[in-house]
Amino acid sequence: MNSLTKIISVAAILVAPAFAGAAGGGAALDHFTPERTDRTLQRGAKVFMNYCSGCHSADYHRYSHMARDIGLSDSAVVENLIFTTDDAGEKTKVGALMGNNMSAEYGKEAFGVVPPNLALVARSRGVDWLYTYMRSFYLDESRPFGANNTVFPQVGMPHVLSDLQGWRKPIYTTDSEGHEKLAGFQQVTAGTLSEDEYDATITDLVSFLDYLGDPNREARHSLGIKVMLFLLIFLVLAVFLKKEYWKDIPH
Amino acid sequence: MSKVNDVMAWIDERIPLTATWDKHVGKYYAPKNFNFWYYFGSLALLVLVIQIVTGIFLTMNYKPDGELAFKSVEYIMRDVNWGWLIRYMHSTGASMFFVVVYLHMMRGIMYGSYKKPRELLWIFGMLIYLVLMAEAFMGYLLPWGQMSFWGAQVIISLFGAIPWVGDAITLWLRGDYVVADATLNRFFALHVIAMPLVLIGLVFVHIIALHEVGSNNPDGVDIKKNKGADGIPVDGIPFHPYYTVKDLVGVAVFLIVFFAIVFFAPEMGGYFLEHANYVPADPLKTPEHIAPVWYFTPFYAILRAMPDKLFGVIAMFSAIAVLFFLPWIDRGPVRSIRYRSFQYKVILIAFVVAFVVLGYYGMQPVTPAGTWISRLCSLTYFGFFVALFFISKNENTKPVPERVKY
Repeated sequence: MNSLTKIISVAAILVAPAFAGAAGGGAALDHFTPERTDRTLQRGAKVFMNYCSGCHSADYHRYSHMARDIGLSDSAVVENLIFTTDDAGEKTKVGALMGNNMSAEYGKEAFGVVPPNLALVARSRGVDWLYTYMRSFYLDESRPFGANNTVFPQVGMPHVLSDLQGWRKPIYTTDSEGHEKLAGFQQVTAGTLSEDEYDATITDLVSFLDYLGDPNREARHSLGIKVMLFLLIFLVLAVFLKKEYWKDIPH
Repeated sequence: MSKVNDVMAWIDERIPLTATWDKHVGKYYAPKNFNFWYYFGSLALLVLVIQIVTGIFLTMNYKPDGELAFKSVEYIMRDVNWGWLIRYMHSTGASMFFVVVYLHMMRGIMYGSYKKPRELLWIFGMLIYLVLMAEAFMGYLLPWGQMSFWGAQVIISLFGAIPWVGDAITLWLRGDYVVADATLNRFFALHVIAMPLVLIGLVFVHIIALHEVGSNNPDGVDIKKNKGADGIPVDGIPFHPYYTVKDLVGVAVFLIVFFAIVFFAPEMGGYFLEHANYVPADPLKTPEHIAPVWYFTPFYAILRAMPDKLFGVIAMFSAIAVLFFLPWIDRGPVRSIRYRSFQYKVILIAFVVAFVVLGYYGMQPVTPAGTWISRLCSLTYFGFFVALFFISKNENTKPVPERVKY
């Protein structure tokens, strides 16, 4: 039954990020606006490579591509952000895709599902979902890894950032119609970061995931403005050309 | 100049180049009162060219393989030079093709462009629409995301509703018991070779048919009935240069809209590129809500509105098939909506509203209210044709002018 609910809630969340709140037991999503500065993305990359990429692959994107986009040198990425090895057992090359070293079989055995590729997760689930999800883990002794999530109930993923955030428990209130509603979280044990610092870390991480999902957005927008200007001039010329030809047609 | 003339004469002795140019462009006389609605024919041709050219470049890097397809699309988006631009142009082009074609068809219906002598022109147009839907459906499988996979699974399974041979047909279409690598491979072949060939052939015939009978116009006046001493329709102007320069304005406006989407909103909020399609196809994980892309949703809503699957499939296909018979369902001689009865205008507006509402409900998860509204709109959709058949017999029309107005 558990796995069935999980599949259904996963499916619902996959299809419509807007419904994620409904599928997640009434947890509303916090609005998130991703940042695109080099500093944010560099900090986000650090969190991603240190905490996420052990289990999650992002092997549609290359380290070198990332280095170029977030203002790092190839050598800085090699020295600080590549923790994986390639098939030959050597440190992954900077031009390679951002894979991981955990096999799908092991992932399935350990977590019940293969940890999904995160390169496009910001596009399938949306940044609001990710930002809320990463801040909604709570202590639940009944779960294999002691962690549950109000956005994604019965989640297979452990609370990887628990040393940063510490452990929390959800507080529920009952509304006038008798429905339980999530009112907030109560800190059980402290982490190394304050709540604001933790939120800032998640801002960095989700901004980085947003970058991974749509790395060309800035290039697209800046080229788009030039194309629009060109087309507007073209339109003006086309209108004058049309008027010039049509002036001898009574209409 | 005489050198150029010599070359042209040399060519014309061998192929009818000048004659062809004159017949179809230089001395093709089109009514001079074309309005806004007459841009969409040339725009459809433009989108076809965009789709073919971007499609060729996508094919150079795409891999039609269940294991590699999804990743190869991301390779195009990230590693191929300008790959993201080419792919977004192709995905935006698919939706814009339908925007343009729906408006083009609306024009044909409004101004009675399907009526004698343009019945075959209309039928070729409908065949183009049909092939375009097949082309779009097969193309949508290729990125091999969750919606690609489950959309194809749902649509192909519809054929399973056919009595006796249904299951055999679905098996034959898929080439496997579920949508799989074999399905992806054949859809790729059909999408990049078979359908485009048929499409180009039909577009060619559509244009030949148009130039044989001549263009209709917003007044529905037959301009060939009123010719000058030179044998040229007095209300006609040569397609080139008048409509080539006018269509150029349409092209400029269209490209502004098109590229605004490509550069600033390629997903169009999930309508052009569905969010769930950023998850690779997984045969073991059925999405809770499977919705086709927006251009199919009116027909999908009709399918879901019916209580029985077979009846739903029949209704869905009938909704398209009935359009083929429009030239004979509409029995009135007056073409343009400008000179038709109040009743006609009412049923046409009801038809358009029903189509749009069906399109909306086809995207939404099933709800009892949505189903009932879809039923009402399906009834309105088909009711339009029934009402048209009777209204048009002895319609109280206004007199059609001798010459075109504006």
